Amino acid sequence: MTKLVPNLSAHWDEADSHTLTGYQRHGGYTAMKKAFELGEDGVIAEVKESGLRGRGGAGFPTGMKWGFVPQGDGKPHYLVVNADESEPGACKDIPLMMLNPHSLIEGVIIAAYAIRANYAFIYIRGETPHPIRRVRQAVAAAYEAKLLGKNILGTGFDLEVVVHSGAGAYICGEETALLDSLEGRRGQPRLKPPFPAVAGLYASPTVVNNVETVASVPAIIKNGAAWYKSFGTEKSPGIKLFAVSGDVLRPGIFEAPLGITMRELINYAGGMVSDRPVKFFVPGGSSVPLLTPEHLDVPLTYEDMAAHGTMLGTGTPMVFDTSRSVTKAVVRWIEFYKHESCGKCTPCREGTYFMVDILKRLEKGKGELADLDLLVDISAQISGRSFCALGDAAATPIPAALKYFREEFESKLVGAK
Amino acid sequence: MTVTANSNASNQTELISAVIDGIEIRVPKGTLIIRAAEQLGNQIPRFCDHPSLAPVAACRMCLVEIDGMPKPQPSCAIALTDGMVVKTQQSSEVAAQAQAGVMEFLLLNHPLDCPVCDKGGECPLQNQAMTNGRAESRFEEGTKRLFEKPININSEILLDRERCVSCARCTRFADEIAGDPTLELLERGAHQQVGTADDRPFESYFGGNTIQICPVGALTSATYRFRSRPFDLISHNTICEHCSSGCSTRTDVRRGKIMRRLASNDPEVNEEWNCDKGRFAFTHTVIDRISTPLIRENGELRAASWPEAISFAAAGLKGKRAGVLTGGRLPQEDAYAFSRFARVVLNTNNLDFRNRTSSDEEAEFLANHIAGSGLNVTYRDLESADVVVLVAFEPENESPIVQLRLRKAVRNNKLKVIAVDSAAAPGHEKLNAELHLAKPGTEAAALSALADKLKGRNAIVLVGERAAASAGLLSAVVALSDATAAKLAWVPRRAGERGAVEAGLLPNLLPGGRLLSDATDRAAVAAEWNVQQLPTTIGLDQKGMVQAANAAKLDAFLVAGVDVTDVAYHDDFKAALAKTFVVSLEPHYSSVTDYADVILPVGVITEREGSFVDWEGRERSFTAAMHQSLALSDARVLHLIANELGIKFADDAKSAALHKSLTELKSTTKKPAMTKVSAVESAGLVLAGLRQLIDNGSLQNGEAHLAATAREAVAKVNAKTAADHGLIDGNLVVLEASGGKLVIPVEIAAVADQTIWLPLNSDGSTPLINLGITIGDSVSVKDAGAYVV
Repeated sequence: MTKLVPNLSAHWDEADSHTLTGYQRHGGYTAMKKAFELGEDGVIAEVKESGLRGRGGAGFPTGMKWGFVPQGDGKPHYLVVNADESEPGACKDIPLMMLNPHSLIEGVIIAAYAIRANYAFIYIRGETPHPIRRVRQAVAAAYEAKLLGKNILGTGFDLEVVVHSGAGAYICGEETALLDSLEGRRGQPRLKPPFPAVAGLYASPTVVNNVETVASVPAIIKNGAAWYKSFGTEKSPGIKLFAVSGDVLRPGIFEAPLGITMRELINYAGGMVSDRPVKFFVPGGSSVPLLTPEHLDVPLTYEDMAAHGTMLGTGTPMVFDTSRSVTKAVVRWIEFYKHESCGKCTPCREGTYFMVDILKRLEKGKGELADLDLLVDISAQISGRSFCALGDAAATPIPAALKYFREEFESKLVGAK
Repeated sequence: MTVTANSNASNQTELISAVIDGIEIRVPKGTLIIRAAEQLGNQIPRFCDHPSLAPVAACRMCLVEIDGMPKPQPSCAIALTDGMVVKTQQSSEVAAQAQAGVMEFLLLNHPLDCPVCDKGGECPLQNQAMTNGRAESRFEEGTKRLFEKPININSEILLDRERCVSCARCTRFADEIAGDPTLELLERGAHQQVGTADDRPFESYFGGNTIQICPVGALTSATYRFRSRPFDLISHNTICEHCSSGCSTRTDVRRGKIMRRLASNDPEVNEEWNCDKGRFAFTHTVIDRISTPLIRENGELRAASWPEAISFAAAGLKGKRAGVLTGGRLPQEDAYAFSRFARVVLNTNNLDFRNRTSSDEEAEFLANHIAGSGLNVTYRDLESADVVVLVAFEPENESPIVQLRLRKAVRNNKLKVIAVDSAAAPGHEKLNAELHLAKPGTEAAALSALADKLKGRNAIVLVGERAAASAGLLSAVVALSDATAAKLAWVPRRAGERGAVEAGLLPNLLPGGRLLSDATDRAAVAAEWNVQQLPTTIGLDQKGMVQAANAAKLDAFLVAGVDVTDVAYHDDFKAALAKTFVVSLEPHYSSVTDYADVILPVGVITEREGSFVDWEGRERSFTAAMHQSLALSDARVLHLIANELGIKFADDAKSAALHKSLTELKSTTKKPAMTKVSAVESAGLVLAGLRQLIDNGSLQNGEAHLAATAREAVAKVNAKTAADHGLIDGNLVVLEASGGKLVIPVEIAAVADQTIWLPLNSDGSTPLINLGITIGDSVSVKDAGAYVV
């Protein structure tokens, strides 16, 4: 059985894990000193070498992203931390910010230093005031300890950190919509290219990273890329927070090497909540296609999930037992995407509206066989045609649900027994 | 088969080669796929795409397949690259299906109310639903989202949110082109809608363009709504009569009535935009029309036949000391007829087209530096300039297409705009202009400080008609241009003014840019007109004629297109008209027809042909939109009077013949520089102001919806001046001068010291009428208490 590797979550059981004292007791804020010794390019090289991939869902190599920022261009650079965790099922960044905010701040210092940014922004989901307060307190403590501000630790490196509260829009988790929102505009995704690394916040080179990604950096710098790479697989190195929810006995966050299986995670979560077995699960939030019990032993890695037609996503599995209706789950998810569609592009705006209309009909037992094909057709008309990944995400639940549970859908049609 | 883009720029620009639907095409680097496909005759369906707006790729209608890319891509946002292989709906099932899918989605929440929609018949959504959509809806049992319909986004524009496809063309136009970013998309998902903050009206002089570029029937105008179907309209190419921008417009006529006016696409001039005045103010062509000649008998006007009225007019003018006054409405050809009539029939140089504040300095400036200068500065020149200096000229109000072109250059080419004016205007902000505030009369000094900023750069100076109010300013403008090699252009406000200059409608100027004082020029004009000689004495200008008439030194006036309230000395003007024999050529009743002894009705702009000359010096010819009209042109009426007097005037009063004759007179001989005039500054507080684009101008009569989009009239002073004179921000101020009083709300703003700025002809702000003074004249002010609405 794959062993858990508590790193970010190692001291969450301590009462003061969120304080500067608590963080420093376990060697906090020493990685940044090492980073300053490595130099900016040394840090980028180390992160590249570690193989760290973005933990926000897409899994883009972090070191490579940092390397895209043009240097010596005379423009200000910005680091933006995407803490707009809003995905149904995803609950890892908010606990991390509540219980270990200083790992994020130290990660911010190191990342900003590496990309030569003197301003960093932490954009936190507006519906969750607790982590906003906590991160603000932590940032204030870091300023007090002269870990932020002018001439940090006498290195000549300046860094100002701004904690910004979102205003309640899922789309602002999309990195370019987040940047628009941060600039004070209505959050809608931007046309790419230019990519944020070239023209992001205020049209300047910007790196947008997920909370967990940034918070993972101090340990990588402190322990070395080789240590980090010793976990996980070749294509998915390292460790990750897996937030398991649903019909398990003890839902929670389990920090483990990539490659752990769903069966192992369910075991760590104390097994199923009753004697009802797993009916289906989604490995990484509602935006990725669901899997079935036959996939319980597939390693949770970027590559294995892709090989089974789904994605690791945020690595926050939701587990559903046999008492659950897959049609109901799908209706709720699609309703979420309809509600959160920003309206910019036609396929997402109208396609989600169309799907909900049909799904509501199905729920009432008024659907017909042709409606199932229509749902698949609409998903295909959205997938790969929308402006950003939100549309693609809205198109994922139906094809997988119908692939594995078509009979359940058919049993609810007009005239079904 | 290889198709090469037919582009003038291709000589300088690198060409790339790509394949669209199996056809190799060579286009300039950076050409968008959708534009390149157009050159192959392939119209990829689109909604959000618009050639003048930045790509957004929001509607997803134009998806195509590109080799090497896993997903279909928006052809409106991706430039062709060398070797790219593109498959559009013509050759790719994926692209065709993607487009059909988007079309199905777009129609989901669309009300499909084409039979009652103004856009039906000219609707891109309707058309593309036919070409790229599916025949039957799969949403038949669905529930559409509903909105209250329609709502006003301002008094002129109505929004039907149910029809909107969220293409964002209107909001992008407002933001990018007009610089009025108060129209925005609100809410999200299927409830996304166009709107304004706090439901305040969308304030823009260019809002009507959003109606024209809306690809569905979501935006309609109060004027045209429910009045016609596109297939019942007959369209005519016309030129806007409202200002010197020279917009190419399309006038749509149904059964002899003008239904609407649109902007036409003219890349050299207005591109594809026009202002709301040009778009909506055409009711003047039908209201208050004079339908028959009228003769005044015992103080009362009575109808007369044309022969009677003509002989009455001829008898009244015969042998009299006469003056000719024309305003800014005349096409160049009619202006030329007046110029010739004055010299040949009335034997005088007493003629002036400037029914506004003017000066001898200005007459000399126009004669020596503007007349006959041809296409000296163009819109394209503005676009490629490094620096443009605006002197006593605020383009958003006084020549709005100049404003749009300057804004385009500021955004795209980093043009620097410098403005020398008496007050800051919203238009300055939209041009990111460096503003030099100067009290009227002191602009010349402000100009001399600019020389260093223009030297060695591609610089242009644009000077407006208001410069005539400041003695010495036009001299200073010429000096600045000479010292820095900056190009110089004069931007008058009215459509007919530059043409009147070319036609020689000034006391010192002959047609074709020829000087009255030059014997060779006089001989050339006399030869063209088949007369022995022309009157040689320099004539009187408008103010001079008014004074002469009041001193019984002038007996008769021939007047066309003039309103006495356009000048500060309107009381003297009225007295002069009352004392003299007045022949008035007008389409409408006016403040001059009140005093006319004979009124000869002429056609409005839509009933005649001819040409305007825009500020560039570009001839803008037009034909009659109402070609079945029997109304006469001014030239034709003058021809009849001359015939009646037995004077051989012209062989042919037709526009084409007049135009040919005027063209033959054009001289390019270099003229002497104007005499330098020194600046004179009035002591104490002086009046400043301009005519706002939408105001009480008579060509806007009858357009209540348009009038309601006018900017509110307020007086503006700076904080120091307010303190000096005890004025309080938001209170009322009473202005007082020789002609009377005017009470108006006052606002603290960026205005030159010792200057109070007012709109010159707006509701509640008509200082020329109420105070009898003009720009640069002294005025006294005092606080008049709180302003209670």
